[in-house]
Amino acid sequence: MSSTLLEVEDLYLYFSTRKGPVKAVDGVSFKIDNGETLALIGESGCGKSSLAKAIIRLLPRNIDTYKGRIYFDGEDLMNLSEEEFRRSIRWAKISIVPQAALNSLNPVIKISQQVAEPLIIHDKINKETALKKAKEALLLVGIPEAFMERYPFELSGGMRQRAVIAMSLIMNPDLVILDEPTSALDVLTQANIMNLLKKIRKELNLSFIFITHDIALSSELADKVAVMYAGQIIELGDAESFYSSPLHPYSIKLMASVPTLRTDKKLEFIPGIPPSLINPPKGCRFAPRCPYRFKRCIKDPPLTEVGKNRFVRCWLHVVEDR
Amino acid sequence: MSEDVLLSAKDLCMWYELKKGLFGKMGYVRAVDGVSFDLKRGEAVALVGESGSGKTTLGKTILALYRPTSGLLKFEDKDVTNLDSKGLMWYRRQLGFIQQDPFGALAPFMSIKRILEEPLIINKIKNPAERAKRVYEALEEVRLTPVQDFVGKYPHMLSGGQQQRVVIARAIILNPKLIIADEPISMLDASVRVGILTLLRALQEKHDLSVIYITHDLSTTRYFSEWIYIMYAGKIVEMTKTKELLKSPYHPYTKALLNATPDPDPKNRFILRETPPGEPPNLANPPKGCRFHTRCPHVIKGLCDEKDPPEIDVKKAHLVKCWLYV
Repeated sequence: MSSTLLEVEDLYLYFSTRKGPVKAVDGVSFKIDNGETLALIGESGCGKSSLAKAIIRLLPRNIDTYKGRIYFDGEDLMNLSEEEFRRSIRWAKISIVPQAALNSLNPVIKISQQVAEPLIIHDKINKETALKKAKEALLLVGIPEAFMERYPFELSGGMRQRAVIAMSLIMNPDLVILDEPTSALDVLTQANIMNLLKKIRKELNLSFIFITHDIALSSELADKVAVMYAGQIIELGDAESFYSSPLHPYSIKLMASVPTLRTDKKLEFIPGIPPSLINPPKGCRFAPRCPYRFKRCIKDPPLTEVGKNRFVRCWLHVVEDR
Repeated sequence: MSEDVLLSAKDLCMWYELKKGLFGKMGYVRAVDGVSFDLKRGEAVALVGESGSGKTTLGKTILALYRPTSGLLKFEDKDVTNLDSKGLMWYRRQLGFIQQDPFGALAPFMSIKRILEEPLIINKIKNPAERAKRVYEALEEVRLTPVQDFVGKYPHMLSGGQQQRVVIARAIILNPKLIIADEPISMLDASVRVGILTLLRALQEKHDLSVIYITHDLSTTRYFSEWIYIMYAGKIVEMTKTKELLKSPYHPYTKALLNATPDPDPKNRFILRETPPGEPPNLANPPKGCRFHTRCPHVIKGLCDEKDPPEIDVKKAHLVKCWLYV
């Protein structure tokens, strides 16, 4: 049996703004096993990138609330000071491939040196050894040696994305957060990057948190799926049961809105727009747009276990009081 | 030529000049290089290709935002390749343009009413009551109702989907015959995408519009276009009915694109997708012969890398530009 790698319990992350706190992550809990990939899907502004930032603790200054428990290999990361977290966790154990990764490379440093940088700074090993390791990582992600001594602008989008992935792997982390890793890439390049991610997670027994708004793409990596809406996880389940039969009305509607290439179906859309995170609706946050809403929805539904490893935050799936 | 052809292109080329210094010419980027097609009235066609394939340039050439380097473009049997300013005024009134990024396409300092009035003012509709009526009607058509709530607002007060509806309202307000929609949904969220495409489809059917839907996403084409043109490196490599193309693609590039596009399926995570090696060619210096031959798994040495393949009709109304089918 595989063991739990990451366990997030009741995590909150609010940003303070002039209009009041933005509840970007509002009581989120989930677990990831060793070697398992969790796909985190949701629309823009639902808090999925904020959740990633909260886990790897890359926070902006305007924090209002940041609380909860994040157990990594059994250790509670929230007890670590900023310095301890930086030294022993960030990049060494948990790394991130940021959104807009294409722009996250330094334009005036050669690829191989950028990839080696975390080793030199973190592990304080000498430059030659670090560069040698960087080369290995770059070869692993499919960048030929001739390209390693180039500058980022000399590489194509797909190559740059590979370089950023190499950088995230350089310290042998156990968990890599992929924040929309292919959103700016073409279809064929995207398929190549997905192939690469499938290969390396097997070879290195990695866990991924794969953040995306593209539901079809999420199924390329997901062992488990979490759907986020307005700062909360509203459904969590294994890939097999989620893609064949989503349970939450939002997930059902979202799946029905995905155009498919190989089968014909009637596409639906969800009327209305996602709520403001400053002042989310009372009770169930999806209720104003939900076709199945009834009187219980004025209260906030709990995330309820409805089957083996399946959780839904919806009153439809909570048995009336005993 | 049949009567109901609205727009027809013959060997259309749009090359960007590459400059060196102030006066020197270095060559051309052949963004659109010999494209021919006939678009019928009331039909929607999806123009599919990767970034850099020339699909947006083709769209903008049709909109007369660029002057074609060579070739012929006809609209309702009139030559619109090189129009004077009066001709342009007429021609552009026949077209509507829907941009990719709705927020970028709407002037932030104008109210929705002002944004929609702008094309009317330019086209000399002087009566304010008439203009107000048309603005009202356009907003109703794109389902931004109740209209009174929207006319006074500014773009930043609307959601992405609502902004895109304003862009669509502006595109149809002059009753055009052809709409060019350049990636109209790629900046929008999954849940509103279908709404925008359904709206476009409904408007198309209601007003018997022709639509050129430029996209990189094959999976939406099945629902919103009768025809599909696949573009690669400045050329259309395959054109046929959408259903036919999705069922039996011929060109190796089309096959690769279809194969790389996932559907939501938990089995996906266990498979590796076959993709052609390499990257699209540099259009300043495109490869000789077929432009896909550098990446093609079925390349025929001495033929594909020497001569440009002809357009072959493999079935009734299914054109492929590939030596495999000659």
